[in-house]
Amino acid sequence: MFLTEDEKRMRDGSEGDAVAAAMDLLIRYGFALEADRLCDIRNVAGTMTQPSPVKARLVAEGGWDKAFAVINLDSDLDLSIPSMRVPTCQLQQGFGPDSVDIVPYPPENVALQEDAESFYGRHGVNILATCTPYQVGNLPLRGEHCAWMESSAVIYANSVLGARTNCEGTASTGAASLTGKVPCWGNHLDANRHGTHLVDVRGLKVESFQDWGMLGYFAGGVAGEDHPVIIGDLARPDLTELKHFGAAAATSGGVELYHIPGITPEAPTVEAAFNGAGRVPEAVVYGPAERRAMYETLNEIGSSDDVDFVLLGCPHASVDQIRRTAELLDGRRLSSGTELWIMAPRSLKVVADRSGYTAVIERAGGRVLADSCPAMSRAAPRGTKVFATDSAKQAHYLPAILGIEAWFGTLDECVDAAVTGRWNGALS
Amino acid sequence: MSERRILHGRTVVPGAVEGEALVSHEPISGWGGIDPARGVIIERRHELYEVCFTGKILVFPSAKGSSGWSGFFQTTRLSGTAPIGMVIGRISAKSALGAVVTRVPAVTDLDADPCEVIATGDWLLLDNSTVEVTKR
Repeated sequence: MFLTEDEKRMRDGSEGDAVAAAMDLLIRYGFALEADRLCDIRNVAGTMTQPSPVKARLVAEGGWDKAFAVINLDSDLDLSIPSMRVPTCQLQQGFGPDSVDIVPYPPENVALQEDAESFYGRHGVNILATCTPYQVGNLPLRGEHCAWMESSAVIYANSVLGARTNCEGTASTGAASLTGKVPCWGNHLDANRHGTHLVDVRGLKVESFQDWGMLGYFAGGVAGEDHPVIIGDLARPDLTELKHFGAAAATSGGVELYHIPGITPEAPTVEAAFNGAGRVPEAVVYGPAERRAMYETLNEIGSSDDVDFVLLGCPHASVDQIRRTAELLDGRRLSSGTELWIMAPRSLKVVADRSGYTAVIERAGGRVLADSCPAMSRAAPRGTKVFATDSAKQAHYLPAILGIEAWFGTLDECVDAAVTGRWNGALS
Repeated sequence: MSERRILHGRTVVPGAVEGEALVSHEPISGWGGIDPARGVIIERRHELYEVCFTGKILVFPSAKGSSGWSGFFQTTRLSGTAPIGMVIGRISAKSALGAVVTRVPAVTDLDADPCEVIATGDWLLLDNSTVEVTKR
């Protein structure tokens, strides 16, 4: 891999051992990818603060410098971690102090994470603490090269915003934060950004939040790690619907970039989505039968109708989603055996608090929680056996992570389940 | 006499290792797909559900799902539950970084589909850019 003079200097230690270790990781990673060179970035979204048993052990051994060296730089050296070289934010993490007495989650993890926030804050990490940094102040521009983790954020950044990032990991974002570099490979290159598969929506109109999620789950299955282009009978989506669509496509496949001609920025037309090369592939149809198949797949792990937990806000809810949940819960009361949590970025929870939505949800017995989610923190209400969600991603992951049953439905159905304790969902 | 075949590809992580193959025909998820404490695949619909990869050479077509992929495989190294090598059908940022931080020899871009040619239980000699397959 070609290195510029300043990159060689970083590698050779002229900016300190930690930067040299970061550059060493980027060189090993660039070799593994067969990348030609590195590219300059100044927007990193990674993860440093979330507690884990391994991290707790490393912090006990050598403090946060040690934890960052091993986990975020893949280095065994004793390093002193400098300030972040480029703007860097923390993605979603473990549960925080607002979860105490609500979420069965180890208090020592809450304390460890607060210690981490303090350390990383001093080193210039913006503690956004959300899987949706684009909702709360990190909104990259079209064409901006980034080093982001979190598959649902990566697909949003590439597809909806037209920014450029691969699906980076803990070590590559750590190395990028100290160098402002990442391998110039994959989604960073013009030649790799066009569509590969065509999905044509026929015989139904995709316009609800639920339908965007099921279509995303289908598109991920069709395209795998490639780039689906979606056409056909689509209502104009909003942020929350594309947030759900992308999270689902990144879950069932490994989609990091899609195009919706006329809606997403790099695809003014179908031909442009396929690079104007005149080679538009044959369409895979998404019709009523495919829609039903997605619904049944996402619901195949549910068998008991007794719902004890409703989870909303995956990826983290927008203010509008919190407001809509409050409207549906207004004047109602959750079933005594059922809990409802809606996950949101803490800064948007502040907006929900100010707007009175949180109070309405809490009067009904529900909770607005920040920073994390049950999947990230492996924590649900005690005794949960069956949960319901409006998120295709969470319906996919949580049964494996917590060993519970899942129902996937609309927001209305989820709120009804929370109020009645029973699942009555059906595909409309 | 056992049947042998040599596959040629591209080095992802340099090094040599030999051991038993564990083949997945489906892509593997890291976060939410494996339990690093036990070195076991936990995705419910996966063909290797509850199968342990510790000490095996993991042969798989691609990485899927969350960007936690590399971090979870790094944790298998730190927990002593890692595979000892990786044969990757199609490389991606997730699997490339995952192999790097697992610090095990890894290879990709082979001249035949490794998930078809190699079967679970076959003995593999992974040496930088080549894989010698001895059928079980």
